[in-house]
Amino acid sequence: MDWKRFGFIALIIIILFSVVVMVGQVKQPPLLIITSMLATTIAVATPLVLGALSGVFCERAGVVNIGIEGMMLTAAFFGWLGAIYMFHIFGLGNGISIALGVLFAILTGGLMALLLAVLSITFKVDQIIGGTVINILAVGLTGFLNRQLFFGKGSVFGGSVPSSPGVLPTIHIPITELFAPICGTSATCLQNVEAINRVFDQKPIAMGAILLVFISHYILFNTRWGLRTRAVGEHPKAADTVGINVSKMRYANVIIGGMFAGLAGAYFTIESVPSFEPLLTNGRGFISLAAMIFGNWTPIGAWAAALVFGASQALLINMQIFRDVIPPAWSFLQESYIVGLTPYILTMFILTGIIGKTTPPAADGVPYEK
Amino acid sequence: MQSEKQSNSPIKKILQSVLDASLIPFLAILTAVVVGGIIIRFVGGDPIRAYIGLIQGSLGSKKALSETAVWATPYIFAGLAVALAFKGGLFNIGAEGQLAVGAVFSALIGYALPEWLGYDLPTFIHLPLAIIVGMLMGGVWAGIVGWLKAYTGGHEVINTIMMNYIALNTTSFLLNGIMKDRSPTNVIARTPLIAESARIEPIFEGLRVHWGFVLALLVAFLIWWLLNKTTLGFEIRTVGLNPDAAQYAGINVKRTIILTMFLSGMLAGLAGAIEVTGLNYRHELGFSIGYGYDAIAIALLGKSHPLGIVLSAFLFAAMRNGATRMQFLTQMPVDLISMIQALILLFFAADAIVRYIYRIKSKGERVVLTRGWGG
Repeated sequence: MDWKRFGFIALIIIILFSVVVMVGQVKQPPLLIITSMLATTIAVATPLVLGALSGVFCERAGVVNIGIEGMMLTAAFFGWLGAIYMFHIFGLGNGISIALGVLFAILTGGLMALLLAVLSITFKVDQIIGGTVINILAVGLTGFLNRQLFFGKGSVFGGSVPSSPGVLPTIHIPITELFAPICGTSATCLQNVEAINRVFDQKPIAMGAILLVFISHYILFNTRWGLRTRAVGEHPKAADTVGINVSKMRYANVIIGGMFAGLAGAYFTIESVPSFEPLLTNGRGFISLAAMIFGNWTPIGAWAAALVFGASQALLINMQIFRDVIPPAWSFLQESYIVGLTPYILTMFILTGIIGKTTPPAADGVPYEK
Repeated sequence: MQSEKQSNSPIKKILQSVLDASLIPFLAILTAVVVGGIIIRFVGGDPIRAYIGLIQGSLGSKKALSETAVWATPYIFAGLAVALAFKGGLFNIGAEGQLAVGAVFSALIGYALPEWLGYDLPTFIHLPLAIIVGMLMGGVWAGIVGWLKAYTGGHEVINTIMMNYIALNTTSFLLNGIMKDRSPTNVIARTPLIAESARIEPIFEGLRVHWGFVLALLVAFLIWWLLNKTTLGFEIRTVGLNPDAAQYAGINVKRTIILTMFLSGMLAGLAGAIEVTGLNYRHELGFSIGYGYDAIAIALLGKSHPLGIVLSAFLFAAMRNGATRMQFLTQMPVDLISMIQALILLFFAADAIVRYIYRIKSKGERVVLTRGWGG
């Protein structure tokens, strides 16, 4: 990850934020806008970060994964379904049902990835086709079960979708409590500290995602496991020669990648909203692929790129909040249609090599044959 | 498969090659149907009745057959679109967006052109115009991606998907805004009806199947001819197999990539244009959802061969069409079909699995369909 690329990312994010600040400053103080937008950016980028990490692990080991979207969708469904089953059928408590739901989502992601691994590593199916199979299967499977389990004949839920046990709680980081004494009696100071605090008050998966970025970076570039992973992705023959089991490494990394995608799925139905609807991932798996490529197959780079998309999403949300104060010269920002296109256009713009070529792992997408 | 003796009679040879080519697809479908049946059983349904419903609903009557052909028409076009790109080494996931763009522009020409001109056009001008404009716009939509691929290396898989979302958002914007049907009873995001002069006639009185279906079969033949009998087709296939070799052989690789995407998009746009001019007589938001992904499955199932695509388009069309009857008979949700289709694709793409299950030896030929990020 070079500085040019980081600079480019920072520039885009700064532009997106300045637009919102310029529009919204008549209504709210800039600090408040920036902090609330940062909080949204981090939250919205969560599934993209995790999806991109999923891609990084798979592709660093030499398996192209365009099935992230499908893995996320399936995991979102089964995580949510698992939580409902635990809560309504097995009568477990709220918290434990939700926690188990997350676990189910991760396992589902892992299982879908196992399918990709079997197809692409054992049966040497074209990996892009393997990913497509997963994407189509995910749509069919979730759509079918979503209708059959709740509205089908003999459904235990008797023709209605039961309420889910809820969503993960926000974790409060006590910044306000720590810094309040410094402010003394100044009300604006306290307000500002509270605003900054809001950036850090995230839900567990959003927080976890950021931690996982750095853990993944450490694993990939500072451990023996990471070295081996990269070896089988760059030059499997050489790795094989020195005694690394190529298939095993690839299997393990693809499954780990699937678990990341599964956690991303859990974000949708267990952290963000407590409900499922068909096709709810809405292309975010693909956007995270773009983030991965833009981040040049590194966890931190991918995270930065995911934040760009998060920021463009936050722009959309904020433009709706500040709708009535948008200056006439900028009236195109009122059109949520145009603002809604930002992430897609940014993705294309970014990917077209504006900031130089990215290099995938050398053996990415190539089945290994001894 | 013990009878692999060489026979001298050419008819036998052809039969043998047809048998060889259709064996794996047949077994893949069979396996998918069996696995699908197990799933139906598992969720408490009756697989036999479900499949009977599926067959009745798709082939059981004149009307059912006509409807299957109606479903097959866009599938053939869109399947050809994806397959053509495959032949050129490109993966066009954007058929869905290109189809929507084609449909929107075709509808626009269909309903608005007489208003703009102030007089009615004869069918022999208006209809081809509506179709061609839709087709070209689909081509341009994909051509942009081709251009990006050729000149900047932006990967077409990501870019076609992004173009899908841009297309769908734009369509929704247009159909809810300036192109919305202003008739007082309308609350749906759809265009006004296109003029009579821009419509394709039905083939038979009282049935919905229209001449667009015949056009689809003709275009399938045309694509076969293009790919196998023309210089352009040769260039597309060469670039698809090995761009470096193509470069050495003096083929303009960049131009071929752009052209392949453009042609592919044109076919997808044509699918949209024909749906508008032949079937719905307007474009309605959401009618085309899922066609793009079905098209990928159809192209893969047809092994990117036009004849294979026509056949697999029929299979998919029959399943979609029969699903309603199946739902009526067994209360199985229509989504079951998507799952069986995914299974077919799974067993087909992973022919190694099918070969393993049925103990069929591989002949060593591998069809390269896509390449990784590198290409």
